[in-house]
Amino acid sequence: MNYLYAAYVATWVIHGTYLAILVRKYSKIRQEMESLKK
Amino acid sequence: MGDVQRIFYYHVPSAWTAFLLFLINFVASVVFLIRRDTKADILALVTAEVGVVFCTVVMATGPIWARPVWGIWWAPTDIRLNSTLVLWLIYVSYLVLRRFSTSSKTASLAAALAVFGALDVPLVYFSIWFFRTQHPSPVIGGGGYLYPAMARALLINWAAFLCLAWLVCWTRYRLEVVTREVEEAQALESLLEGSR
Repeated sequence: MNYLYAAYVATWVIHGTYLAILVRKYSKIRQEMESLKK
Repeated sequence: MGDVQRIFYYHVPSAWTAFLLFLINFVASVVFLIRRDTKADILALVTAEVGVVFCTVVMATGPIWARPVWGIWWAPTDIRLNSTLVLWLIYVSYLVLRRFSTSSKTASLAAALAVFGALDVPLVYFSIWFFRTQHPSPVIGGGGYLYPAMARALLINWAAFLCLAWLVCWTRYRLEVVTREVEEAQALESLLEGSR
Protein backbone atom coordinates (compact mmCIF):
# COMPACT_ATOMS: atom_id res chain seq x y z
CA MET A 1 0.00 0.00 0.00
CA ASN A 2 2.94 2.34 0.72
CA TYR A 3 4.08 2.03 -2.88
CA LEU A 4 0.61 2.98 -4.11
CA TYR A 5 0.65 6.10 -1.92
CA ALA A 6 4.18 6.89 -3.09
CA ALA A 7 3.10 6.71 -6.75
CA TYR A 8 0.03 8.84 -5.99
CA VAL A 9 2.12 11.47 -4.18
CA ALA A 10 4.83 11.45 -6.90
CA THR A 11 2.23 11.99 -9.64
CA TRP A 12 0.60 14.98 -7.99
CA VAL A 13 3.87 16.49 -6.77
CA ILE A 14 5.10 16.49 -10.39
CA HIS A 15 1.88 18.08 -11.69
CA GLY A 16 1.75 20.51 -8.73
CA THR A 17 5.36 21.59 -9.29
CA TYR A 18 4.70 22.29 -12.96
CA LEU A 19 1.55 24.28 -12.11
CA ALA A 20 3.55 26.27 -9.52
CA ILE A 21 6.14 27.06 -12.22
CA LEU A 22 3.32 28.27 -14.51
CA VAL A 23 1.82 30.45 -11.77
CA ARG A 24 5.26 31.97 -11.09
CA LYS A 25 5.77 32.65 -14.78
CA TYR A 26 2.31 34.23 -14.99
CA SER A 27 3.05 36.54 -12.02
CA LYS A 28 6.35 37.58 -13.60
CA ILE A 29 4.77 38.38 -16.96
CA ARG A 30 2.00 40.32 -15.24
CA GLN A 31 4.58 42.46 -13.43
CA GLU A 32 6.36 43.10 -16.73
CA MET A 33 3.06 44.11 -18.36
CA GLU A 34 2.37 46.59 -15.56
CA SER A 35 5.86 48.09 -15.85
CA LEU A 36 5.31 48.49 -19.59
CA LYS A 37 2.04 50.35 -18.99
CA LYS A 38 3.80 52.92 -16.74
CA MET B 1 -0.14 -7.82 -7.02
CA GLY B 2 -2.69 -6.35 -4.62
CA ASP B 3 -3.08 -2.59 -4.31
CA VAL B 4 0.19 -1.90 -6.14
CA GLN B 5 -1.63 -2.86 -9.35
CA ARG B 6 -3.61 0.40 -9.06
CA ILE B 7 -0.48 2.36 -10.01
CA PHE B 8 -1.31 1.08 -13.51
CA TYR B 9 -4.23 3.57 -13.66
CA TYR B 10 -1.77 6.47 -13.30
CA HIS B 11 1.15 5.03 -15.19
CA VAL B 12 -0.52 3.91 -18.43
CA PRO B 13 -2.81 6.95 -19.03
CA SER B 14 0.17 9.25 -18.33
CA ALA B 15 2.23 7.36 -20.91
CA TRP B 16 -0.54 7.49 -23.54
CA THR B 17 -1.05 11.22 -22.88
CA ALA B 18 2.70 11.87 -23.21
CA PHE B 19 2.82 9.93 -26.49
CA LEU B 20 -0.13 11.92 -27.85
CA LEU B 21 1.48 15.22 -26.84
CA PHE B 22 4.79 14.22 -28.47
CA LEU B 23 2.86 13.28 -31.61
CA ILE B 24 1.22 16.74 -31.68
CA ASN B 25 4.68 18.22 -31.06
CA PHE B 26 5.97 16.32 -34.10
CA VAL B 27 3.15 17.55 -36.36
CA ALA B 28 3.50 21.14 -35.10
CA SER B 29 7.30 21.00 -35.63
CA VAL B 30 6.86 19.78 -39.22
CA VAL B 31 4.28 22.51 -39.89
CA PHE B 32 6.67 25.10 -38.42
CA LEU B 33 9.57 23.88 -40.57
CA ILE B 34 7.41 24.10 -43.71
CA ARG B 35 5.39 27.27 -43.09
CA ARG B 36 7.36 29.15 -40.38
CA ASP B 37 4.08 29.55 -38.55
CA THR B 38 4.51 31.07 -35.05
CA LYS B 39 1.37 29.36 -33.74
CA ALA B 40 2.81 25.96 -34.72
CA ASP B 41 6.07 26.87 -32.96
CA ILE B 42 4.22 27.78 -29.77
CA LEU B 43 2.10 24.61 -29.97
CA ALA B 44 5.28 22.53 -30.37
CA LEU B 45 6.87 24.17 -27.33
CA VAL B 46 3.74 23.75 -25.19
CA THR B 47 3.12 20.09 -26.09
CA ALA B 48 6.79 19.21 -25.49
CA GLU B 49 6.70 20.87 -22.07
CA VAL B 50 3.46 19.24 -20.93
CA GLY B 51 4.54 15.95 -22.55
CA VAL B 52 7.71 15.98 -20.45
CA VAL B 53 5.59 16.48 -17.32
CA PHE B 54 3.47 13.42 -18.15
CA CYS B 55 6.55 11.43 -19.18
CA THR B 56 8.14 12.34 -15.81
CA VAL B 57 5.08 10.85 -14.10
CA VAL B 58 5.65 7.66 -16.15
CA MET B 59 9.33 7.59 -15.18
CA ALA B 60 8.45 8.07 -11.50
CA THR B 61 5.52 5.68 -11.17
CA GLY B 62 7.15 2.87 -13.19
CA PRO B 63 10.00 2.14 -10.75
CA ILE B 64 7.63 2.57 -7.77
CA TRP B 65 5.49 -0.23 -9.28
CA ALA B 66 8.52 -2.34 -10.29
CA ARG B 67 10.17 -2.42 -6.83
CA PRO B 68 7.49 -4.52 -5.05
CA VAL B 69 6.57 -6.56 -8.17
CA TRP B 70 9.99 -7.28 -9.74
CA GLY B 71 12.13 -6.72 -6.63
CA ILE B 72 14.18 -4.08 -8.49
CA TRP B 73 13.62 -0.41 -9.28
CA TRP B 74 14.97 -0.59 -12.83
CA ALA B 75 15.84 -3.35 -15.33
CA PRO B 76 19.04 -2.02 -16.99
CA THR B 77 18.72 -4.18 -20.12
CA ASP B 78 15.00 -3.68 -20.72
CA ILE B 79 14.34 -1.97 -24.07
CA ARG B 80 10.99 -0.44 -23.03
CA LEU B 81 12.48 1.18 -19.94
CA ASN B 82 15.61 2.42 -21.68
CA SER B 83 13.82 3.74 -24.77
CA THR B 84 11.39 5.63 -22.51
CA LEU B 85 14.34 7.13 -20.63
CA VAL B 86 15.90 8.16 -23.97
CA LEU B 87 12.57 9.70 -25.04
CA TRP B 88 12.40 11.69 -21.80
CA LEU B 89 16.01 12.86 -22.22
CA ILE B 90 15.39 13.92 -25.85
CA TYR B 91 12.46 16.13 -24.89
CA VAL B 92 14.24 17.51 -21.81
CA SER B 93 17.15 18.48 -24.12
CA TYR B 94 14.57 20.04 -26.49
CA LEU B 95 13.29 22.22 -23.62
CA VAL B 96 16.85 23.07 -22.48
CA LEU B 97 17.69 24.11 -26.05
CA ARG B 98 14.62 26.34 -26.24
CA ARG B 99 15.26 27.83 -22.81
CA PHE B 100 18.96 28.67 -23.09
CA SER B 101 19.77 29.08 -26.78
CA THR B 102 19.98 32.72 -27.88
CA SER B 103 20.38 31.95 -31.58
CA SER B 104 17.81 33.31 -34.03
CA LYS B 105 17.54 29.76 -35.39
CA THR B 106 16.55 28.20 -32.05
CA ALA B 107 12.97 27.46 -33.15
CA SER B 108 14.18 25.71 -36.34
CA LEU B 109 16.85 23.71 -34.49
CA ALA B 110 14.33 22.69 -31.84
CA ALA B 111 11.80 21.68 -34.52
CA ALA B 112 14.45 19.50 -36.23
CA LEU B 113 15.33 17.91 -32.87
CA ALA B 114 11.62 17.28 -32.22
CA VAL B 115 11.22 15.52 -35.58
CA PHE B 116 14.09 13.14 -34.73
CA GLY B 117 12.87 12.79 -31.14
CA ALA B 118 9.44 11.69 -32.34
CA LEU B 119 11.04 8.67 -34.03
CA ASP B 120 11.58 7.26 -30.54
CA VAL B 121 7.83 7.30 -29.73
CA PRO B 122 6.88 4.28 -31.94
CA LEU B 123 10.02 2.50 -30.72
CA VAL B 124 8.87 2.95 -27.11
CA TYR B 125 5.28 1.98 -27.88
CA PHE B 126 5.99 -1.11 -29.97
CA SER B 127 9.06 -2.32 -28.05
CA ILE B 128 6.90 -4.60 -25.90
CA TRP B 129 5.23 -6.01 -29.02
CA PHE B 130 8.39 -7.00 -30.81
CA PHE B 131 11.00 -7.58 -28.09
CA ARG B 132 11.11 -9.85 -25.09
CA THR B 133 11.17 -7.45 -22.15
CA GLN B 134 10.67 -7.49 -18.41
CA HIS B 135 7.96 -4.86 -18.87
CA PRO B 136 4.41 -6.35 -18.97
CA SER B 137 2.85 -7.08 -22.37
CA PRO B 138 0.49 -4.52 -23.92
CA VAL B 139 -2.90 -4.50 -22.21
CA ILE B 140 -4.78 -3.35 -25.30
CA GLY B 141 -3.81 -4.91 -28.65
CA GLY B 142 -0.68 -6.99 -29.13
CA GLY B 143 -2.35 -10.11 -27.71
CA GLY B 144 -2.98 -8.56 -24.27
CA TYR B 145 -6.22 -8.85 -22.31
CA LEU B 146 -7.80 -6.60 -19.72
CA TYR B 147 -10.95 -7.28 -17.69
CA PRO B 148 -13.78 -5.00 -18.96
CA ALA B 149 -14.14 -3.26 -15.58
CA MET B 150 -10.39 -2.53 -15.53
CA ALA B 151 -10.47 -1.34 -19.16
CA ARG B 152 -13.37 1.00 -18.29
CA ALA B 153 -11.50 2.45 -15.30
CA LEU B 154 -8.35 2.82 -17.40
CA LEU B 155 -10.18 4.67 -20.19
CA ILE B 156 -12.00 6.95 -17.74
CA ASN B 157 -8.65 7.79 -16.16
CA TRP B 158 -7.14 8.46 -19.56
CA ALA B 159 -10.04 10.76 -20.46
CA ALA B 160 -9.45 12.66 -17.19
CA PHE B 161 -5.71 12.92 -17.88
CA LEU B 162 -6.44 14.15 -21.41
CA CYS B 163 -8.74 16.85 -19.99
CA LEU B 164 -5.98 17.88 -17.56
CA ALA B 165 -3.42 17.93 -20.39
CA TRP B 166 -5.71 20.00 -22.62
CA LEU B 167 -6.39 22.52 -19.82
CA VAL B 168 -2.69 22.89 -18.98
CA CYS B 169 -1.70 23.13 -22.67
CA TRP B 170 -4.33 25.80 -23.33
CA THR B 171 -3.22 27.83 -20.28
CA ARG B 172 0.45 27.46 -21.23
CA TYR B 173 -0.31 28.40 -24.85
CA ARG B 174 -2.03 31.63 -23.78
CA LEU B 175 0.83 32.40 -21.41
CA GLU B 176 3.42 31.90 -24.17
CA VAL B 177 1.47 34.16 -26.56
CA VAL B 178 1.34 36.93 -23.92
CA THR B 179 5.04 36.38 -23.04
CA ARG B 180 6.07 36.88 -26.67
CA GLU B 181 3.87 39.99 -26.98
CA VAL B 182 5.47 41.46 -23.85
CA GLU B 183 8.97 40.66 -25.15
CA GLU B 184 8.15 42.39 -28.45
CA ALA B 185 6.77 45.43 -26.60
CA GLN B 186 9.91 45.56 -24.41
CA ALA B 187 12.15 45.36 -27.47
CA LEU B 188 10.15 48.15 -29.13
CA GLU B 189 10.33 50.27 -26.00
CA SER B 190 14.11 49.90 -25.72
CA LEU B 191 14.43 50.77 -29.43
CA LEU B 192 12.37 53.93 -28.91
CA GLU B 193 14.44 54.87 -25.86
CA GLY B 194 17.63 54.30 -27.83
CA SER B 195 16.49 56.58 -30.66
CA ARG B 196 15.65 59.46 -28.27
